[in-house]
This record gives sequence, structure tokens and C-alpha cells, in this order.
Amino acid sequence: MFKTLHKYASPMHFFALARALTPWLFGISLVLFGVGLVWGLFLAPADYQQGESFRIIYVHVPSAWLSMFAYLVMAGGGALSLVWKIKLGDVIARAAAPLGASFTALALVTGALWGKPMWGTWWVWDARLTSELLLLFLYLGYLALQSAIEDRRAAARAGAVLAVVGIVNIPIIHYSVVWWSTLHQPATITKMGAPTMATSMLIPLLIMAFAFQLFFLALLLVRARCEILEFEQRAQWVKTLLGASDQSRGTR
Amino acid sequence: MTPRRRRMWTIGLLVCGMAIATALILKAFQQNLMYFYSPGDIAAGKAPSNRDFRIGGMVVKGSVKRDQKTLAVRFTLTDYAHETVVTYDGILPDLFREGQGIVANGRLNPAGLFVASEVLAKHDEKYMPPEIAASLKKKPSNLDNAP
Amino acid sequence: MMASLRDFLVMGGYASFVWPAYGLGVLVLGLNGVLALRRERYLLREMAKRNLPGYRVA
Repeated sequence: MFKTLHKYASPMHFFALARALTPWLFGISLVLFGVGLVWGLFLAPADYQQGESFRIIYVHVPSAWLSMFAYLVMAGGGALSLVWKIKLGDVIARAAAPLGASFTALALVTGALWGKPMWGTWWVWDARLTSELLLLFLYLGYLALQSAIEDRRAAARAGAVLAVVGIVNIPIIHYSVVWWSTLHQPATITKMGAPTMATSMLIPLLIMAFAFQLFFLALLLVRARCEILEFEQRAQWVKTLLGASDQSRGTR
Repeated sequence: MTPRRRRMWTIGLLVCGMAIATALILKAFQQNLMYFYSPGDIAAGKAPSNRDFRIGGMVVKGSVKRDQKTLAVRFTLTDYAHETVVTYDGILPDLFREGQGIVANGRLNPAGLFVASEVLAKHDEKYMPPEIAASLKKKPSNLDNAP
Repeated sequence: MMASLRDFLVMGGYASFVWPAYGLGVLVLGLNGVLALRRERYLLREMAKRNLPGYRVA
């Protein structure tokens, strides 16, 4: 078990594994997107209070979940690199950051589009919305560090510290609706207790969340491959790989 | 202690330190982080009297009185213990209705009336089709245990 | 048929909020996919070029 884990922590084996997995992840997620969109937009009933506007949930909630999951991936990668000196950690953290930033932005914007008709405002400075905005700034801070520091290893190291320390914000986002009075409502789906959502609306939400998740993992693997290529461009296996792919295309 | 173990402790302590510092800051600003006060807070004198603040609660059923000619509206907010009367002159959000949670921004006048300059609707975490909501009205279940 | 399609597009009067939300969702997913795949193709091509025998990094 530990041996296989260790094997895939090596960039070369991870690269091969990522190449094999990506088409499957993209394929399955696209099928789930198709099913989830039809189910969410056509088959799910309108909400008793919010009418058709509640359908924004099928974009908003999966991207909000992903915004936090991507952060855990980024911080986890950072910890792997800081504590265990596993190079793959930096690769994963750098690959996750732009994805996390884009899904956080998507969650914020779709939330505003939902808030305007239902709450009566695009934005409020309540604890949930503010902590989610802070999450976006953490991602942007990480990305700024990566582009500001010339040396890749130093940039990855500084970013890893920021990512690991910023993890404090994740429980704050999650519990903000419990700890403080907020305009944002509490969680619909919780670990304990039944979800406070009719099954006919819940199933498409879970399908969409799963589709987003798999699509994210596919994107993460593609981006990680790019990072590996850049990190390891002097390694012999990369040169062999490039030579092989070049020959298969025929010499120019 | 191996170098790896030392790094683990350093990172662990760094995160714990950040968590404790954040917790203390959040505790110190607890009151500011509250998005709104409840009618109970106002009754207890916790709400500011000399500046704008937000009040949140449920609109009491049957309490909404609309002016026939203008947009002016007056309604009662409750947290199921205390009540505050709110007046507002403006456009209400789509979700504003009796029995619905709302948050209003404004200030208390000397008579204890809350004069709102903005009213936002707050919805709960429950989602269901109208038919289920209608049948739940007759037979309460776990989807209908609103406070 | 046409009427029900129109009803669907109107989204109970919330069309101007629901459709932009879905549009942005598609945009973010699509753009992320295209950018990631294009970057990998670009990297592979550039590095293969540099890796050709006789090529020297300036």
C-alpha cells in the first residue's frame, strides 16, 4: 500500500497515471453534466417559496463546495511539500490554485445573481459572504506569490506556507452560518440529520456536484501534468517522453 | 527528533497559532460579525440607539399593513419571544411575505418604532415543490419544524 | 410546444438571473478545460522542439 503510494508520488509515475485517468474523468463528468442539467432545469419542480430562481442552486452550490475542496487540495499539497519534501505536493498545489480561484469566483457571482431577486441585494457583508470573499483573496494571494517570485522552488515554498496557514478560513466559512447571524441561510445538507430538501430537487444537486467534482479532478490532473513538465524539463524521462512523442509524429 | 518530525511540529504549531489568534479576534468582534440584532436584543437594550443597525426576525402573520396610496408599509417582526414594529417606505423583495424571515436596516425612533431604510428577505434552508409544501401545512413533519 | 418552450426560457420571470448563472458556469468550466489542455499541448510542442538533436538553448 505504502509502496504504491510512494511510487505515484514520483512525478514520472504520477504523469503516466494522470494521462490514463484524465479521459475517463472528463468523459464521466460530461455525461453527469448532461443528466444533471436536464434533471435540474426540466425535471426538478420549482421551489414553493423561490419558484424557478432556486435552479441557480445547481451551479452555485457545487461551485461553492468545490471552492472549499480545491483549497483543501491546495493546502494538502503545500503540507506534503513542506513537511515530507514531496515535490508532487508543490505540483498539486500550483495546479489547484487557479481552479480554486475560478470556482470561488463562480460561487460568489452566482450567489449574487441569486441574492438579487430573492434577498433583494447583490451583496451583503455578512459572515458567510465575507469569509468566502476572503477565500478568493487567499487564492489570488497564492497566485500572486507564484508570479512574483522568480525561482519556482522558492515561490512554491512561500505559497505552501500561505496555503497551509489559510486553511483556518475553511471551518470559518463552513460554520459562519451557525456561529453568527447571517443573511445567508444555514446548510441544507448536513452530516447529521436528513437534508431539508425534497428528493426530486436533491438528486440533480448531487449529480451536478459529482459532475463538478470529477471535472475539477480532470482539470487538476491536466494542470499537474503541465507543472510536472515545467518542473522536470531537465529530467531524462521527460526528454525520453518528448523524443518518443516527437518521433511518433515523424521528424520535421 | 528527525528533521521531518521537526518540520511537522513547526507547521502544526503555526496552524494552531493562527487558529487561536483568529478565534480570539473573532471573539473580540463577535458583536460586529453579527449581521443583525433580534427583537429580543432590542428589548434587552443591546441594540445601538444612536446609529443605524440591522434587525432580523419573522414577519408576524396578519401584521402587514400597506398604505393604499404610497409604498409605505408597517409590519411586526418577532423572534417568538419579543416583537418590534417596523415601518418602511420602498420596494420590498419578491420573497417578502407574512411568516417569512427578513432583515431590515434602519434605526429605532424614540417611540421604539424601527424605521427601515432597506428591507432584505431571508430564506431558510428548506427546498420543496409547492405540492409538498401544501400537504405539509396539513400534516407537520420533519420538513416543517420551523421555529 | 412553443408556449411551453417560452415558459421554460422565461424561468418564471427570473430568466435574467438564472440564465446568466448557468452561462457563467458553462464559461468557467469550458474556459478552464480549454486553457489547461492548450497549455499542455503548447508545452509538449515547445519542449519537444527544444529537445530535438542539434537544438541548443540560447
